Amino acid sequence: MAMQLSRRDFLKSTAAGAAVLVVGMNSKGVLAAGKAETVVNPFVRIHQDGIVTVIAKHFEMGQGTTTGLTTLVAEELDADWRTIKVEFAPADPEKYKNLFWGSQGTGGSTAIANSFMQYREAGTAARELLVNAAANKWGVDAADIAVSNGILTAGTKQGHFGDFIEQAMALTPSEKPTLKSHDQFKLIGKLDLPRKDSQSKTDGSAMFAMDIKIPGMVYAVIQRSPRFGGVVTSFDTSEAKKVAGFVDAKALPNKAGVVVFAKNTWSAFQARNAIQTEWDYSAAESRSIADMTASHRELTRSPEFDTGKVSRVQAQTSISGAAQIVDAEFVFPFLSHAPLEPLNCVIEPTENGVKFHDGCQSPSLVQGAVGHVLGLQPEQIEINTVYAGGSFGRRATPIADYQVEAALAFVLLGEKTPVKLVWSREDDIRGGYYRAMAVHTANIGLDGGGKILGWDHRIATKSIMKGTPFENFAVHNGVDNSSVEGVADTLYNLPNMAVGLSDFKSAIPVLWWRSVGHTHTAYAMESLLDMIAHETGQDPIEMRLGLLDRADDKQRRMAGVIEAARDLSGWQKKDKRGFAAHFSFNTWVAVVADITVNGQQVHVDKLHIAVDCGVAVNPDVIRAQMEGGAGYGLGAVLRNEITFEDGEVVQSNFPDYPPLRITDMPEVEVAIVASAEAPSGVGEPAVPPAGPAVANAIFAVTGQRITQLPMSKSGFQFV
Amino acid sequence: MLYTLNINGHSRSVEAEPATPLLWVIRDELNLTGTKFGCGVAACGACTVHFNGTPIRSCSFPVDGAADNEITTIEGLRGQVAEAVQQAWREKDVVQCGYCQSGQIMSAVGLLSSNPSPSDSDIDGAMAGNACRCATYVRIRDAIKLASKKLEV
Ligand code: FES
Ligand code: FES
Repeated sequence: MAMQLSRRDFLKSTAAGAAVLVVGMNSKGVLAAGKAETVVNPFVRIHQDGIVTVIAKHFEMGQGTTTGLTTLVAEELDADWRTIKVEFAPADPEKYKNLFWGSQGTGGSTAIANSFMQYREAGTAARELLVNAAANKWGVDAADIAVSNGILTAGTKQGHFGDFIEQAMALTPSEKPTLKSHDQFKLIGKLDLPRKDSQSKTDGSAMFAMDIKIPGMVYAVIQRSPRFGGVVTSFDTSEAKKVAGFVDAKALPNKAGVVVFAKNTWSAFQARNAIQTEWDYSAAESRSIADMTASHRELTRSPEFDTGKVSRVQAQTSISGAAQIVDAEFVFPFLSHAPLEPLNCVIEPTENGVKFHDGCQSPSLVQGAVGHVLGLQPEQIEINTVYAGGSFGRRATPIADYQVEAALAFVLLGEKTPVKLVWSREDDIRGGYYRAMAVHTANIGLDGGGKILGWDHRIATKSIMKGTPFENFAVHNGVDNSSVEGVADTLYNLPNMAVGLSDFKSAIPVLWWRSVGHTHTAYAMESLLDMIAHETGQDPIEMRLGLLDRADDKQRRMAGVIEAARDLSGWQKKDKRGFAAHFSFNTWVAVVADITVNGQQVHVDKLHIAVDCGVAVNPDVIRAQMEGGAGYGLGAVLRNEITFEDGEVVQSNFPDYPPLRITDMPEVEVAIVASAEAPSGVGEPAVPPAGPAVANAIFAVTGQRITQLPMSKSGFQFV
Repeated sequence: MLYTLNINGHSRSVEAEPATPLLWVIRDELNLTGTKFGCGVAACGACTVHFNGTPIRSCSFPVDGAADNEITTIEGLRGQVAEAVQQAWREKDVVQCGYCQSGQIMSAVGLLSSNPSPSDSDIDGAMAGNACRCATYVRIRDAIKLASKKLEV
């Protein structure tokens, strides 16, 4: 059970009453142990009963982080897996920062990668202290003490962790306690370590923000502008007042919508639907999808920015003498994240600020943005992080959109009443922060032997980072890296490759969507490579291997996963199957897709997935992320799109934004490439290659190349 | 209106408008939050509860039709089939975010209660209405088969 305490509760529970050993870093950033006051950022807490609690600095949206971080501590501490607990850390950017970013947050598949040493060190420091304490108490040599499953043993003497915490508290950990070598691991890499959140998520007791209820709490829903960028001019509540449970309705200070308050969720939804609002659309996005697509196409004709290894002129010159040309255009729609738990959070007043209850992906962004709105310092904003019912990126926006909405609603109600902000599914599908639409064009020249001579690649898409606090580090020379990642930095050796980029401009908010730019770049790149292979009579796998140089470490590991997927699937030349591979978030994934086609009916039968993510901390969690990531990517490419008519989103809920169903789900077999390298991400990297592997299978079987997504628009039915 | 609901074997009185979906009475009034809201239009299954033993989508079922019937939520699941299913779910580590899983389990228990050895297409039929955005379907299928095996012995 992952519960979380406020900072105050936390200090209370660790300082007073029963003795508790706390291990983490002191204010100088070195390992420290003792009472809560001396250890400023505790990662491990051990109570007198011997129970160990790991403090997770990352949130849990299903990706298995709570299990992963607990594994790292339990491994080095030799704790008992059955009893070790995990709880979420309070919001504190200094103590619990993501070491890759310098602020507190989860994303980019970094949770285990940035914590791998930190959490192990905390675990091993705790172990060392307990062992030294036992050695003192028993009068034996520390080297003669064995630790296993939370029990210390020396000869006939035996005790659990809790028996030694008083003594351990007085000791100082060595600056760099020794970590286990990889061959000493008992938990890391073990296939059948059960997830820490399985129990509470199968008996209904797991708490999500949607489940939080505070005495006196009022429910808020927002009527937002049907067109992005529209503002309220007037609204009429006469019908809403007739809804039982209606409390009040007020326009947001920025006029982006009308907040409706009610005594329960259902009344709030009903009252919101009854409000009549007039909107000013003068600054709003009012185009339809056909115009937007045409505009993206137009933008690819003359790219604003050049980001490839060579100039466009050089690429075109290399292509001009080509014996064969591969020419293609890809159109990718806007996509909604649609986590199953619609967005929501609770805000309540505290003595000197506010407290959120939220499946909070980025506490630092929330503290910054909400602090700005409420005129509070970050530390005046407490965050009780609870489980998130999915996110896929949606629960972290640069401007903390939904938490700011909740804060504004809280202000409108007088700052004394706890407010729960709830989005309906329709709000979610229509509310923006989409994976940006993108159009790619590619013009590739080949010589008579099928060798690539030049590659003119162009992308038009809306930038995620421009105009946000991330612009400074994510945008260079006008190029938002997240628009071109996966093309401009391809691991394949593609000679004379130019990559042009143009930004689509619109009021439609766009956001990182599980695997960010790779969601479209992998599909384009892996389809193009497949086209080249087929046009020139080469085996798609062999051709890719020929484009990789094993002297380069990253390319060698790419070749490694390609071969692993080939071997796992028993791939033979001329097989009517699909192949794709992609490198993202420092992880390599290759996929072979098997499909059955019956007339226009397609069923995806099986995905064979090979992954290289460095040390496999929790192999079963990795497998689960391969299954789930591939399923998430597949669901989107099969049927999902967000489209617009006169600026209004056409789709509204699952009937017209259909999620992948159990009937669609292929079998999945996963091979994890053995590795001693540092662990890298697993939450996102399976998403990018799944779609193109299936597209390439459809081509292999039917001869039809799908370049406009979703695939359901190409006349196929997915059954 | 004042309704008396028979929920998880207890009789509970609640004040609600007749058209209020059972889901919101269960969650907001009775504080049984294991039953989830995902879509509100009977398209995701997160809100699945048992109505006299049969899975229904509580988001699209008015409280008015629920009185005098036996309602079971995830919190009130008991018995051999429920235990087999929950145990299988844990052994297979099905869950990811977990938000859909109460509904998945309610549907699976419904299926195995009436059909202890379902075929793949029986599983598809019973589970197709339960969406999992984390795509845990491979394991849902495996867990149902494992639960079915547990029920054989
Ligand atoms: S909430 Fe009832 S089916 Fe989705
Ligand atoms: S486990 Fe996340 S929606 Fe099913």
